[in-house]
Amino acid sequence: MSDNKKDRGSILKPLLRYLKPYRVQLIMALILAVINVAATLYAPILTGDAVDLIVDKGRVDFDGLKPLLLQFAVTIIIASISQYLMTLCTNKVTFSAVYDLRNDAFDNLSRLPLSYIDSHPKGDIISRLISDVEQISDGLIMGFAQLFTGVITIVGTLGFMLSINVRIALMVVVLTPISLFAARFIAKNTFNYFKQQTSVRGDLTSFVEETTGNQKTVKAFFHEAQAEEDFEQLNYKLKDVSVKAIFFSSMTNPTTRFINSLVYAAVGIVGAFSVIGGHFSVGQLSCFLTYANQYTKPFNEISGVITELQGAFASAKRVFELIDQPREPEDKRDAIELNECDGTLKVQNVYFSYNRDLPLIEDFNLDVKKGQRIAIVGPTGCGKTTFINLLMRFYDVNSGEIILSGESIKNCTRDSVRAMYGMVLQDTWLKSGTIRENISYSKPDATLDEIRAAAKNAHCDSFIRKLEHGYDTQITEDGGTLSAGQKQLLCIARVMLSLPPMLILDEATSSIDTRTEILVQEAFERMMEGRTSFIIAHRLSTIRSADCIIVMDAGHIVEQGTHDELMQRQGFYSKLYNSQFEV
Amino acid sequence: MLKLFRYLKNYKLESILGPLGKLLEAIFELIVPIVMARIIDVGIKNEDSSYIYKMCVVLVILAVLGLAVSLTAQFFAAKAAVGFGTELRRDLYKHINTLSHSQIDRLGSSTLVTRMTVDINTAQTGVNMLLRLFLRAPFIVLGALIMALTISVKLTLIFVVFTPLLGLIIYYVTKRTVPMYKDIQKRLDKTTLITGENISGVRVIRAFSRQEDERKRYSESTDELKGIQTLAGRVSAIMNPLTYVFVNIAIMLIIWFGGVSVDAGGITQGEVIALVNYMTQILLSLIRLSELIMSLSKAQASSLRILEIFDTESDLLDEGNQVPHEDKNADAVEFKNVTFSYVSSERSALENISFSVGRGETVGIIGGTGCGKTTLINLIPRFYEVSEGEVLVNGVNVKDYPFKALRGRIGIAEQKAVLFKGTVRENMQWRDKNATDDEITQALEIAQAKDFVFEKDGGLDFMLSQGGRNLSGGQRQRLTIARALVGRPEILILDDSASALDLATDAALRHALAEKTDGMTVFIVSQRVSAIRNADKIIVLDDGSIAGIGSHSQLLKECDVYREICSSQLNVEEV
Repeated sequence: MSDNKKDRGSILKPLLRYLKPYRVQLIMALILAVINVAATLYAPILTGDAVDLIVDKGRVDFDGLKPLLLQFAVTIIIASISQYLMTLCTNKVTFSAVYDLRNDAFDNLSRLPLSYIDSHPKGDIISRLISDVEQISDGLIMGFAQLFTGVITIVGTLGFMLSINVRIALMVVVLTPISLFAARFIAKNTFNYFKQQTSVRGDLTSFVEETTGNQKTVKAFFHEAQAEEDFEQLNYKLKDVSVKAIFFSSMTNPTTRFINSLVYAAVGIVGAFSVIGGHFSVGQLSCFLTYANQYTKPFNEISGVITELQGAFASAKRVFELIDQPREPEDKRDAIELNECDGTLKVQNVYFSYNRDLPLIEDFNLDVKKGQRIAIVGPTGCGKTTFINLLMRFYDVNSGEIILSGESIKNCTRDSVRAMYGMVLQDTWLKSGTIRENISYSKPDATLDEIRAAAKNAHCDSFIRKLEHGYDTQITEDGGTLSAGQKQLLCIARVMLSLPPMLILDEATSSIDTRTEILVQEAFERMMEGRTSFIIAHRLSTIRSADCIIVMDAGHIVEQGTHDELMQRQGFYSKLYNSQFEV
Repeated sequence: MLKLFRYLKNYKLESILGPLGKLLEAIFELIVPIVMARIIDVGIKNEDSSYIYKMCVVLVILAVLGLAVSLTAQFFAAKAAVGFGTELRRDLYKHINTLSHSQIDRLGSSTLVTRMTVDINTAQTGVNMLLRLFLRAPFIVLGALIMALTISVKLTLIFVVFTPLLGLIIYYVTKRTVPMYKDIQKRLDKTTLITGENISGVRVIRAFSRQEDERKRYSESTDELKGIQTLAGRVSAIMNPLTYVFVNIAIMLIIWFGGVSVDAGGITQGEVIALVNYMTQILLSLIRLSELIMSLSKAQASSLRILEIFDTESDLLDEGNQVPHEDKNADAVEFKNVTFSYVSSERSALENISFSVGRGETVGIIGGTGCGKTTLINLIPRFYEVSEGEVLVNGVNVKDYPFKALRGRIGIAEQKAVLFKGTVRENMQWRDKNATDDEITQALEIAQAKDFVFEKDGGLDFMLSQGGRNLSGGQRQRLTIARALVGRPEILILDDSASALDLATDAALRHALAEKTDGMTVFIVSQRVSAIRNADKIIVLDDGSIAGIGSHSQLLKECDVYREICSSQLNVEEV
């Protein structure tokens, strides 16, 4: 519990930082809330007074009624205007603070080291930026507003009641919190059923996702009947817990209404005798009845807000974790801006591992001359991307040096190192936008002619022009209607446009059809002319013609040399090579 | 939505008792102000303490009855609504199971999943709200009006004017804000999209040093979000103050004209208070009603989406088919002039395909993506219906088989390696529920999966997570191949199902398949020449037509398309 409190403290502080720029609106909102509550609570007193002037036949004081009703009208106007303005203020605070929060989180995300992004599931990061921030906006900020109004409503009602009649006020004070306890009690019990419901529903959803999502496999194995049987079991389990969860949760309203009615009756009886006793008027009784009717409302709201707040605190923790995550270290102040590159690369005594306990690359050395082709081969999952990570400085080496064009890349700015490479990965990433935007991603100020020229070189001009909107065709993140091969061609065009001196290429495996593959291969060849290239190779012809082959297995570099050298060694490579043609 | 109400038919009693209970509760609530008015007008005026006690007992009784009736009603409503959801879910699931492949293609699997989960839940919530509120909320409005009428006809006029006015305000504000909230959701989806892109594309973005632009793009999108949120907030902020003003104007009028009436001896002081109470009750009910309508309109939209699935009748049936008498000497599979086109496309995916495959033969199918390889093999288990011509298995048209008999003869490993949550054993028993551990182990061995399975904790009892995500792509593929082999099918179809395997494993797999599938007719679909070059027969597809059939060496001589494929994959000596 104390831990919990400390946690909340450490979340409150950064949260206040985000509220600070809007403190004027925040304070305004609080002041308006006080005004609103005061006016809202004053209105029943006025109606009560008015009722006291309407006693009986011939005993109605119209002269007294007029100013009272005028006062009432003014009170109502103040209450409604203050409520409207208060909502606008809290909206302003909420939406602006959340806007800042979200942008800051994204800003930091775009500066995080890749190790963070690689080691956290995409869905997790997205939910921190989207649903957790929403939760903060709904729960924490709106919640605070509700909590505040709730508390002053309670305090205000108490004050008004005490000023009218201490005895009855005290009675209401004693009775009303019962509803709060009842609500909490129900909520606690409901929570268990809801947890169960969530878990069963989760099971059912993933079952449906599996079997309905893969309906074709279910059919291929005539598994329908079995699946229906399994589904039925889950479905009935869900039914059982759902009825309980829904029923128990729906108990809150009737129960609080019930307690409200009891308070109402108690006020009625005690009030009635007080009126008879003469130290209480009928109008005051009616005013008290109104209060008694509304008094439990803020208690219920607060109880609801507290639940929301708990969720919001958990969310805030997750969001601030992302915002406070240490960024990729800034480039050194005297870092060199690489503008040119002679196409040479030296790797000297490089050690690298993602995890200290599991050494991966040890004492790696490589000397690449201008225009050479380096093939990286190995079974799937052997860690070929590790190598790219180091070249592009997505990750920094643990020790040793990578020297690009005579400069250790550690001493250069990251952007300038990365600008020296053109990269085409098999995992083709396109952003949602037009084809033109995607090709010009490497060079945002490129003209349409340049873009077209690059597309032609990458063999995609012809298919792009066949699309309905040509270069302005919108594509979605996963490329939508484009085939895997066409997507890869677009990625090549993207590199063609800027065509840096070094290349990192990933050859296609099976997802591209033969004809497109020939086009891709041609485009690759054209790019590689005179450029130093690193190729994640699958094609034997590429591998055999490489100046150096780096053979990787399970993250390690196991062999290194030309095709002939490696074949002579009769090691891992030769086994790999031979397996292709042995049946 | 009405169409779906038949799912309440097993819960008739609950569906009636639920709303009825809420109705009673409403009646009890409406009596309260009258009782209070009596306390004031009779009890206090006459200083009759026993009357006051009596009335207070009535109030308590009303409260207890209200609670009892309301809880009962909530229980029945919950039971009926959940029952509705459960039966609807079961029927929809069964219905989806009858849909054909082409219908699944058209509807999309992810849509089907959403209908099964989100939409049914929304419909269930709608039914629950409906059962609880559809009598109660309007009844309180109506009841309050009637109660007012019994007090004073003239003053009821104020109610008659203000009730619709309040309704209009609520309606107008809701109508304006609902599309705005949809818009907000859309913008939020866009920021989600950009976030996702920035995570999956992080390498490309940083390679081109475009972080600054991405940040700008993101903040533009959140800017839009903030703008529309502010606008929607401004509109919806009007509702409460505005209804508050109007209710209180009504109260002022009630007090004033009530005063006039009291002065003239029409109504009493207590009755004025009761009228004021009724006005407040009407406002609360109207707000509840607007919530109900919103929830119902969502449920309505979901119902339509669910009904759309129900209205999709399966277009591929095996009803009435008996296990046919097979010709023992017939070819295992024969295609006679088969033409096929997908519903959505005008061009045919397969054009006039004819070939036959003898028992125990191994057939390779090769060609570029989109040339119709998968389509072709999908016709054998009758996943799709041919447009023209016929497909025969063991000399019998596939249309004449019951699905189970036809598909029971076939083991298929699909392109996409789909596994299910459960143990390895459970996954392996999909074709044959009674397969023994020995049989499974044999299949695993052929599929080159035995080693890694038995290295896992529990071996065959190793739990796969959803979709088999705790395995690598290559391991998943090998398990799907093993699954197809369990129970020794007559026909084995491997649809490019070794693409994620490294070269060595791929070779070992082919080796094992060649040796240990005696008597099995095997179809191997691949893009790699190396995977099929040793097949008895190779079918080369080009854009939906057969470009050549024959052995590797025959085709090299005779078939241009095949030569082109080979030369792109193998080097000169190997060709």
